[in-house]
Amino acid sequence: MKHIKTVNKANLKETAVKGGCGKCQTSCQSACKTSCTIANQQCEANK
Amino acid sequence: MSNSIHRFKQGDLYIILDVNSGGVHVVDKIVYDLIGLLNPPLSEEMPEEIVKILKEYPEEELKECYEEIYSLYCDKILFSADEYRQYAEMSIKAPIKAMCLHVSHDCNLRCKYCFAETGDFGTGRKIMTPETGRKAIDFLIEKSAGRQNLELDFFGGEPLMAWETVKETVDYARSVEKQHGKNFRFTITTNGMLLDDEKIEYINREMSNCVLSLDGRKEVNDNIRITPNNKGCYDIIVPKYKKLVEGRVNKDRTDYYVRGTFTKHNLDFVEDVLHIVSLGFDQLSVEPVTAPEEMDYAITEKDLPVIFKGYDRLYDIMAESVEKTGRKPFNFFHYMIDLQQGPCAIKRLRGCGCGNEYVAVTPDGDVYPCHQFVGIDEWKMGTIYDGVIDQNIANYFAKTHIYSKEGCSDCWARFYCSGGCNATSFIYDGDVRKPNKLQCELMRKRIECGIALSVKMRDGFDE
Repeated sequence: MKHIKTVNKANLKETAVKGGCGKCQTSCQSACKTSCTIANQQCEANK
Repeated sequence: MSNSIHRFKQGDLYIILDVNSGGVHVVDKIVYDLIGLLNPPLSEEMPEEIVKILKEYPEEELKECYEEIYSLYCDKILFSADEYRQYAEMSIKAPIKAMCLHVSHDCNLRCKYCFAETGDFGTGRKIMTPETGRKAIDFLIEKSAGRQNLELDFFGGEPLMAWETVKETVDYARSVEKQHGKNFRFTITTNGMLLDDEKIEYINREMSNCVLSLDGRKEVNDNIRITPNNKGCYDIIVPKYKKLVEGRVNKDRTDYYVRGTFTKHNLDFVEDVLHIVSLGFDQLSVEPVTAPEEMDYAITEKDLPVIFKGYDRLYDIMAESVEKTGRKPFNFFHYMIDLQQGPCAIKRLRGCGCGNEYVAVTPDGDVYPCHQFVGIDEWKMGTIYDGVIDQNIANYFAKTHIYSKEGCSDCWARFYCSGGCNATSFIYDGDVRKPNKLQCELMRKRIECGIALSVKMRDGFDE
C-alpha cells in the first residue's frame, strides 16, 4: 500500500480463542507494583 | 470519530491503532486526516462530503487513500468490532499463581511517599518467621492447582531485614517444587541498604528478577528516600546496585529493574531517568507516585502538561537512538509494548489478576488481594494458616474487568492497561471499578509512546 503500512499481524482476536492458559507472568510481579500495565508482558504459551 | 480506532501523532509518526484487532498502522498525513472523518460501517465508495471537507487534498488522492482504508476494513484490521465481552462474562476465579510475600513489615528507610506507611502498613512492625514463609509456599502450591509457573516476590517493608526468612523460604520451595510439578520464580524488591556480597551472590543465583529502588539524581533521591536519622541513602545504595547488576550480567541474568518514583517535586523526571542510565543501568522503571491529592508531593491534573512533555522527550531520545543504532539505548518499563507476542486477549480483559491469580501475604500470614490492599480490613481474604479464602472477594475480582469498570469499554487503551491498577482506583476514588482519571491520562500517554517506540523498532516491516 502507498499510504498505509501495517506494522503487526493484528491477531488479538485469534488470541482470544486460544488464550487464557495462565502460564504468563503476573504483571505486578515485574517492576511496577503501583501502575499496572499489561501490554508489556509476554505470552509464554509458546516458549 | 469512531471509538474502534485511535489515531495519534508521536514524533514524526502518524499512527492508527485498530483497538479491537490490535492492528497498528503507520499512515501519511492525508490518511490520518481522512480516517478521522469516517465511521463504520464503511461503504465501498468514499462519502461525497469528504472532498468538500478536505479541500486541501486532490480528490484522486483522497480516493486512493479511501481504497486502502476500505481494504483494511474488509480485512477486519480497521474499524473492527469488539467481540470480547462474551469472554469477560464467562470469567471465573482463577487459581493463585503469584504471591507478594511481605517478609518484613519494617523498613530501614523513611521514604516520604511510602504507601506502606514507613513499612508497617499501619499494622505494627513485624518480621515474618521462616515457618510462616514455608507455610506460604505450601499454601501457594495448594492453591495453584494446575498452574506450573509460580511467582513469589519478596517484598516489604524492606525484605532484606528478614534475610533468614527469605533464604529459608527459597530453599524450602526449591526442595519441594519438583515433587509438585511446579517451577518457582523468585523476585525481590529492595531499597538496597542491607545488600552485601553474600546477599548479592544469593539474589543473583536464585532471583529471576530484582527491583532496586532509586529515584534518580542524588538530590532528588535524598530529598525523599531518607534514613530514620534524616540522611539520604544514595551514596550507600548506588555502589551496591552497581555490584549486583554487574554480577547479574556476568551470570546472564539480565532481568532487573532500577525502579524510581517521581513526584510533584521532580516533574523533570526525565533527568532522573538519564541520570540512572549514566550510572550504567539499562533496565529502568520510573513511575509517578500514587498518592492522594492533598499530599504536597502528589501529582495532580495541573502537572499533566509538564509530565507529557517529559514523556515526549523521553520518547524522542529513545527513538533517535533506535534510528541511529537499531536498538533502544535502555529499557523503560512503561514504554515496553510487544506488538507481536504480547499477552492474549483473555489476559488483557482482567489485567494484573489481583485477588485471583495474585495475592499478598503479611508477616502474620494474612492474605490480601495485593500488596496495596494490605492493612485494609475490608479486603482481608483469609489466612494461609486456615487455608480458606474469602470467595466473595475472589469472585468480585474475577468479575472485575474492562467491561465492568467505569469508562473502560469506550476507551481505546483498554487492551493495554486492562483497566489499570485496582488498588490505585480504590485508593483514589474508593471504588476498585472506578479507574482514576488522572492515572488513565498518564497511562494513555505512556501507551502512545510505547506503541510508537515499538513501531520504530520494527522499522523495515512489510510494506
